[in-house]
Amino acid sequence: MLIKTRKEIPSSEITPESVYKDRRKFLRNSANVAVGAAAGGLLSPAAMAQSGDALFARAPADLNLATKPEWLVEKAANRTDAPASGPYNTDEELTPFEDVTTYNNFYEFGTGKGDPSSNASEFKIEPWTVEVAGECAKPGTYNLEDILGPHAFEERVYRMRCVEAWSMVIPWVGFSLGDLLKRFEPNGNANFVAFETLVDRDQMPAQRSRFATIDWPYQEGLRMDEAMHPLTIMATGLYDDILPAQNGAPLRLVVPWKYGFKNIKSIVKIEFTRGMPNNTWNDLQASEYGFYANVNPQVSHPRWSQATERRLPSSLFMPRRIETQMFNGYADEVASLYAGMDLRRNY
Amino acid sequence: MRYILKPAVFFLCALPAVYLGYAVYLAFTGGENLLGPDPAQFLSLETGEWAIRLLIASLAITPLRYLLNMPTLFRFRRMIGLYAYFYVCLHLIVFLWFLLGWQWGSIGREIAERPYITIGFAAFVLLTPLAATSFNAAQRKLGRNWKTLHRLAYACAILAVLHVTWIVRSSYFDAVLYGGLVFVFMGYRVLRKYSGAVRGFTLIPR
Repeated sequence: MLIKTRKEIPSSEITPESVYKDRRKFLRNSANVAVGAAAGGLLSPAAMAQSGDALFARAPADLNLATKPEWLVEKAANRTDAPASGPYNTDEELTPFEDVTTYNNFYEFGTGKGDPSSNASEFKIEPWTVEVAGECAKPGTYNLEDILGPHAFEERVYRMRCVEAWSMVIPWVGFSLGDLLKRFEPNGNANFVAFETLVDRDQMPAQRSRFATIDWPYQEGLRMDEAMHPLTIMATGLYDDILPAQNGAPLRLVVPWKYGFKNIKSIVKIEFTRGMPNNTWNDLQASEYGFYANVNPQVSHPRWSQATERRLPSSLFMPRRIETQMFNGYADEVASLYAGMDLRRNY
Repeated sequence: MRYILKPAVFFLCALPAVYLGYAVYLAFTGGENLLGPDPAQFLSLETGEWAIRLLIASLAITPLRYLLNMPTLFRFRRMIGLYAYFYVCLHLIVFLWFLLGWQWGSIGREIAERPYITIGFAAFVLLTPLAATSFNAAQRKLGRNWKTLHRLAYACAILAVLHVTWIVRSSYFDAVLYGGLVFVFMGYRVLRKYSGAVRGFTLIPR
């Protein structure tokens, strides 16, 4: 039998990282210049900020971080692969890195899908602390390294279904949220866990806006059994790298059977509570966004149907419109959490 | 100047459609993707934005014509109004084709069940007779009624603002901006009708 040996790549053909990054920057800048020139006077600044960023969506994405903590980068690079089968992986086609990182919602950076990647720049994740509070034995303020250090990172390839009826398939890097929460020793009164996003008007332009309807900080919460479920992760990276600022650096929630807005980003506070905590979208529009926000094709959002979704990247002439699955396809794992509940009322 | 300005405005109003058309052509031929990962959504947003901008621009003509004392602005009103209708049509086609895939069943349901779509569709329906009676002969034939009929443009603009407001998830910037402009232009027309002082006021004296 002939066994092929892997050909060594001569060192002359390896591009040094700095050159590679410069090239990405160069490509991006020249793309901006070209598009800017072509679109001069054609798209107003408002259009550019709102949605015109799709024009740039194909440019290589940037992490938009002021610094990349070495220990964190190393942990992300050393993550274990997702198992070949089972709910932690899927054989669906991955959404490319550049789409995941240039087309998303992060309202702190603006309302357009391209706003997070264009407005989050030099985002500071060093130093970063997380306040742990409420019904637990070990409240306190923890450094990022204290929070993440003890956990081995793994890859989880999950479907991500936005409440706006588009979806992606994303290879997250992270670890079980339950493992993290257990370290703070929640007590018997901890029925829920609440999370808060950073408030920093200098770094997050939409927090300065008078037209934003969100009352910052962005807040989310889970029932304790949802938080402890093995599918629920604290994500710290995407693909093989740490999280870009626009995707919620340095740590964010991922609950794959719920609508995307539950996946709170750039977390600075975790609180164990007795009662059901606030969640931002529910505060804004309770008739449209519930606390549970489980993906459910049978319950329409009042303004649009949830029966189908556009899997991104989609194309104009061969749109990838697919049926939305109950609990986003994770019903076998999580349906039992909601046994006996009326999901039309508890949306 | 006379012969340059009108073609220039015509060309400017066409630019977004030409650019978007080119992007659609590239998407069709498998060329560079200028529309992003969610192209149908992007096209729908862009055509809708241009429709409401031009609709409001057409309402701005009369107040500006009086305030700036520039009767010549009238020459652009019909063109801008027709362009607004053109972008409304593109917006509707993008919605029916790329977002709903010509599935008539779901089209009927969307228009009936989603209030913001009902309102947007109503604006399209109301604008249609205005576009259809925009040429000189129709204007002559309708006489006084033409003016009354074409006041519907204000109703359409209000519907368009409601349509925009209704889809807001978090920021009311666009809704406030567009709504404010319609309010100001309409307010001016009403004040002008009842107040001689407003009628006599110009920013640029004769």
